[in-house]
Amino acid sequence: MAILDGKVPPGSIEEKWTNHKFNMKLVNPSNKRKFTLIVVGTGLAGSSAAATLAELGYNVKVFCIHESPRRAHSIAAQGGINAAKNYQNDGDSVHRLFYDTVKGGDFRAREANVHRLAEISPNIIDQCVAQGVPFAREYGGTLSNRSFGGAQVSRTFYARGQTGQQLLIGAYQAMMRQVEAGGVQLYTRREMLELVVIDGAARGIVTRNLRTGEIESHAGDGVILATGGYGNVFYLSTNAKQSNATAIWRAHKKGAYFGNPCFTQIHPTCIPVSGDYQSKLTLMSESLRNDGRVWVPKSKGDKRSPEQISDDERDYYLERVYPSFGNLAPRDVSSRQAKFRVDEGRGVGPSGQAVYLDFRDAIKRLGEHVVSERYGNLFQMYEKITGENPYKVPMRIYPASHYTMGGLWVDYNLMSNLPGLHVLGEANFSDHGANRLGASALMQGLSDGYFVIPYTIGHYLASAALPKITTDHEAFKATRSDVEARVAKLMSIKGSCTADDIHKELGHIMWEYVGMSRNSDGLKLAIEKIGKVKERFWNDLRVPGEATGTVNEELEKAGRVADFIELGELMARDALHRDESCGGHFREEYQTPDNEAQRDDANFCYVAGWEWKGDARPQELHKESLTFENVKLATRSYK
Amino acid sequence: MGGASQSTIDLKLKVWRQKDAATGGRFEDYDATGISTDASFLEMLDVVNQRLIKGGEDPIAFDHDCREGICGSCSMVINGNPHGPERSTATCQLHMRKFNDGDTIVVEPFRANAFPVIKDLSVDRTSFDEIIAVGGYVSVNTGNAPDANALPVPKVDADQAFNAAACIGCGACVAACANGSAMLFVGAKVGHLALLPQGRSEHNERVLAMMDKMQELGFGNCSNTGACAVACPKDISFENIVRMNREYAKASIKKRT
Repeated sequence: MAILDGKVPPGSIEEKWTNHKFNMKLVNPSNKRKFTLIVVGTGLAGSSAAATLAELGYNVKVFCIHESPRRAHSIAAQGGINAAKNYQNDGDSVHRLFYDTVKGGDFRAREANVHRLAEISPNIIDQCVAQGVPFAREYGGTLSNRSFGGAQVSRTFYARGQTGQQLLIGAYQAMMRQVEAGGVQLYTRREMLELVVIDGAARGIVTRNLRTGEIESHAGDGVILATGGYGNVFYLSTNAKQSNATAIWRAHKKGAYFGNPCFTQIHPTCIPVSGDYQSKLTLMSESLRNDGRVWVPKSKGDKRSPEQISDDERDYYLERVYPSFGNLAPRDVSSRQAKFRVDEGRGVGPSGQAVYLDFRDAIKRLGEHVVSERYGNLFQMYEKITGENPYKVPMRIYPASHYTMGGLWVDYNLMSNLPGLHVLGEANFSDHGANRLGASALMQGLSDGYFVIPYTIGHYLASAALPKITTDHEAFKATRSDVEARVAKLMSIKGSCTADDIHKELGHIMWEYVGMSRNSDGLKLAIEKIGKVKERFWNDLRVPGEATGTVNEELEKAGRVADFIELGELMARDALHRDESCGGHFREEYQTPDNEAQRDDANFCYVAGWEWKGDARPQELHKESLTFENVKLATRSYK
Repeated sequence: MGGASQSTIDLKLKVWRQKDAATGGRFEDYDATGISTDASFLEMLDVVNQRLIKGGEDPIAFDHDCREGICGSCSMVINGNPHGPERSTATCQLHMRKFNDGDTIVVEPFRANAFPVIKDLSVDRTSFDEIIAVGGYVSVNTGNAPDANALPVPKVDADQAFNAAACIGCGACVAACANGSAMLFVGAKVGHLALLPQGRSEHNERVLAMMDKMQELGFGNCSNTGACAVACPKDISFENIVRMNREYAKASIKKRT
């Protein structure tokens, strides 16, 4: 085991980033064009990074799996983006956003990163408004705010229920401007299938052209992965169908440490599962909990329709258990409470796997038109999917896999342990600890892309003294043959199961044993079961069609499922090794008498960074210990 | 669970199959039996595809991703309508409870000169990105922004700008248009930015560049039928085309003088 160094700069927490910006080396403006940077992924983090780096003068190559960069899954983020503007004069500050985020993450994030995020947050809003992002406004023309879970101030900026879309379109447009200006070369429908490492540094990628099947190589001076999270390991999740872990997993197998893989977020308010044909789950934004009240019947197995259940027969359990935060308790806490109620036999709906989110009182208080103005598109989406009108009957909701706090380990400069490999947004592990607060993912993606990587990558390039290489280098040829061999292998199995069959099987195991609550026996069983899934995959997979000359979505899926299987196993191992409960990681053996997560700061106040040791051996654990000098380690309470 | 009624229906599909842009296509018949009425249209196609793969056939290619009606990936023309018969609904949000047992459903790709078929129901819409690249933005580098509240924007303007900016770039407007015009898509972007003070300083150059690019890429002209706005899953208003024509006229005159 090695000790991981997060390279946190010295000085007081308020001065670290300012001093670090001054101390980092710069690349002369006329030298920037001599460097080629590879950006993989065009969500908020990738697009904002590509645009900004090209504005600075770097030569940027951008890759996305979609036909257009605007389709990246950041587009689906609904509720909003946090920023410490204190426009509401309600006591917000950089320090309070920092504090809320460290506490919300259950003291498993790096303090210095979180403080930088809070410091940068106001600049993000300024930048987005300047780009023309149409945030919600008051009649006086100033920006409007709402509240999100885990905070007692209103600091969330929003554009109806489509905040992610509007922010992404802003970043996408900024990037397309650079495409036109020649600073960004855009490669769409390309999937990164391997990282190329030369002399220990990340120097390029090998991609597959998803239209033609052609395997292509690209060299650069640095590689930036902004490929999102791995929530689809559960098969059913709120992620888009193509969201996958392949880029980060291939990088992991090339030496990048994987940080805290077991920290996954199960979002409390999603439309419940309705059948085995189901391909994904749809989120109902956390913002709904500003006005919606969560409840279940007080008596078990009460099958009456909701309007027949009077108020004193209802258990508004979040308001009861957490009087100070009420329905806006953080996500991990709210999800767990929903699971407890369902496990007690008080779930609602035909399957009993749901709780109510009720707008009756809000409609009475505000009128239907106000509720519609705030949440109209979400209500409409709910009705399309379920066939029920939420203005008339309460929504039925249940937790679902949504976000992954874990990801590739990075230092303060957002660089992994592999020099030159930088990881941004949800793909890295860095800012949210064991639980992310609502409206903080958009903040982190744009902070990393617009305001962190443009500084830190310059420091790397100015310090690294990299020899010039091209794709003729031996390492590119070898990596390319590895990719071709792997594609050929997937095509050659010719078994009887589809990639979806196997993915669903993996998903069931993950949800059952590595989901909302975990225990030692279950995790051991999961590891064993995942081993069998892996065996079945490599012996009985069927990929139809050809690998080249045409689109083959089944082949794309197969490669991603193969990586999810290995990642799923690592998640279970990480969850098993972490003998404590914290944030989204709830180990049943470690809970307080009133069923709250019980951390073990004496033994687990660290980031787990896992190193790949080859197919035959399990990963090796390395630790980055976390120190809390500014927020006192304390039991999190939302009561 | 989910819908008001839990039941299954049997359908006949006539689906456009085409190997690639260079090869001609044809309709093929498929049975889609035992489909849950709570499934989405794409989930119905998933079920059909899983059966095709197991039967040794090539699955039907179609674009999809978020399946929440926001990414704009899904396309296809269902029974003659881009995104199917339900108003304000993308294909991924269309649910099978809107169909009846025994229905025959005709499924084909978006058809337009500027959207060549990639395979089956999947088409190439990168021409939209090319239009954005020539002017669909505010030219502001990262770091140049004043405080977000320094410039108040009337709520009415912000709301209207948002309504235009809600476009998901799916291309249904182009598929619905007899001329294969992209006026609604371009009008939505021109409107979004022209309605905000941040976008005003470049509004003349923007509308001219985007319109020129649209024509260069093989999109047709607008003949004011309004079919685009009817097909739009996000209710982008036809007013955006009217506004753009005004912007275009003003910008053209200004350019001449």
